[in-house]
Amino acid sequence: MRRVEPNALRPASAADGLPADAEQAALWAGFRTLLYKEVLRFWKVSFQTIAAPVLTGALYLLVFGHVLDRHVEAFQGVRYSAFLVPGLVMMSLLQNAFANSSSSLIQSKIMGNLVFVLLPPLSHLEFFAAYALSSMLRGVVVGLGVLAVTSFVALPPVGAPAWIVVFALLGAALLGVLGIIAGILSDKFDQLAAFQNFIIMPATFLSGVFYSVHSLAPFWQALSRLNPFFYMIDGFRYGFFAQSDVDPWQSLAVVTVALLAASAIAIGMLARGYKLRG
Amino acid sequence: MGTVPAIEAIQVVKRYPRVTALDGVTLRIEPGEFFGLLGPNGAGKTTLISIVAGLARATSGRVTVMGHDVVSDYRRARRCLGVVPQELVFDPFFTVRETLRIQSGYFGLRRNDDWIDEVIANLDLGPKADANMRSLSGGMKRRVLVAQALVHRPPVMVLDEPTAGVDVELRQGLWHFVRRLNKDGHTIVLTTHYLEEAQQMCGRIAMLRAGRIVAMAPTRELLARLSGIQLALKVRGALPAQLVPQLVEHSGDRYVLKVPQPADVESVLAACRTAGCQIEDLEVGHADLEDVFLQVMSDEARKAA
Repeated sequence: MRRVEPNALRPASAADGLPADAEQAALWAGFRTLLYKEVLRFWKVSFQTIAAPVLTGALYLLVFGHVLDRHVEAFQGVRYSAFLVPGLVMMSLLQNAFANSSSSLIQSKIMGNLVFVLLPPLSHLEFFAAYALSSMLRGVVVGLGVLAVTSFVALPPVGAPAWIVVFALLGAALLGVLGIIAGILSDKFDQLAAFQNFIIMPATFLSGVFYSVHSLAPFWQALSRLNPFFYMIDGFRYGFFAQSDVDPWQSLAVVTVALLAASAIAIGMLARGYKLRG
Repeated sequence: MGTVPAIEAIQVVKRYPRVTALDGVTLRIEPGEFFGLLGPNGAGKTTLISIVAGLARATSGRVTVMGHDVVSDYRRARRCLGVVPQELVFDPFFTVRETLRIQSGYFGLRRNDDWIDEVIANLDLGPKADANMRSLSGGMKRRVLVAQALVHRPPVMVLDEPTAGVDVELRQGLWHFVRRLNKDGHTIVLTTHYLEEAQQMCGRIAMLRAGRIVAMAPTRELLARLSGIQLALKVRGALPAQLVPQLVEHSGDRYVLKVPQPADVESVLAACRTAGCQIEDLEVGHADLEDVFLQVMSDEARKAA
């Protein structure tokens, strides 16, 4: 540190204080900065956070499509590969939305740098919105990537595009919010891995990504209907084929309720500072 | 007092399921002070700082920063406060400049590059401004932590053991810098294990033990409390009985006595002469903060027992 001092580092005086309306603007600036930081975080390691899951999605399609294309017809008149694409897109989107907020939080907790976000005057709602939105963005970017790559192999039709957008956004939001909850609850990487491996993975795999639930025995069909992931995949798939296992409006209702409930839990945790502010 | 205190804590209690970390702490730090918070590990220093910074919530009691309640008016309170955390934490995704810009943005200051440049220059971070945080040495990371605490120009700075595990050169540089911040108008609150530093830097000191303040006074007064002068004697024969109440320390034939006034040294020597106790070596010294600290802590431990 230099001995010859440059300008004095004076603290802001009352005269420099922010007027009331500027404080309002500053409030959004804080949120925008946190959102920017969260997006920059995954963007800087996009090889791992975007390219890798896109490749995985493409591999699923190549392998399953190759093996099952001639044997399985999930929807009438639809090639299995084409049937599989929307499921894979949604699965990648959901898993990466979850991975984004949950891994960002657990890394910050373990590295200790979460303190940089806890010290500034950010409200719990700004915190929530920034983490949820950045997760949505990563989920959607990965989903688009998988769609772009798999469309070379099998291009599904686009029957009702509005549903595609609605379910992509709601699904990404729900998993981003679940990621916040898991990130807050976990203290160690292996606890987070347990969420990922024992809840998120089974729920996505058993949601009808690879099959239509109509092909299942009645018991497993009934069980599938208890899985919110099923409605996200099914509703999303409706946007392509204009046919689905359940009415898309029913799916919309289930996913919306799940999102509201998860958001209420996450916001409640953040407002109390649960596990974040001792 | 008419002025708004930089930090005020009133009857702050923090209870965890198995331990009471703070047991009714009340203190008031005036603007412009250089205030030291001392205490053994687990005394509650970091808990108190965490509550001031909003990183933890008090079980009961109230804390304000520049008059703003840290819970009900946390936005203003946090805007007035810069905290340098104890751990050497950093975000490995970003460069130094990105780190500072982002931190500034969190405080609502998105066009703050002039000030950030100023802080970078002052902390000699210029050559490393575009280096990734991961590539920085421990000392450099510590400087970035100080810079991060300064991005929003807070009037109150809290440094939680900033020199723990820092080499001598950096420690001195850091103190030089913090002293300047204080001169430039920042209120500084410091926790440290290095009592020597607290003695040199802090105008006023609070000592914490087991979640309670056991001593709080201007540093000079605190030092005076343990008498101005200490007399170390090496004697042949037993120490005269009338000097025993003044005894601070004793090992073998070496005795350390507390002497209120310089003139009283003579009466100690006279007592030895009269008792026929021969002085082989003699040393006159002043108490330092470490003595005060040990004294206060052992008094308190005795009281608690």
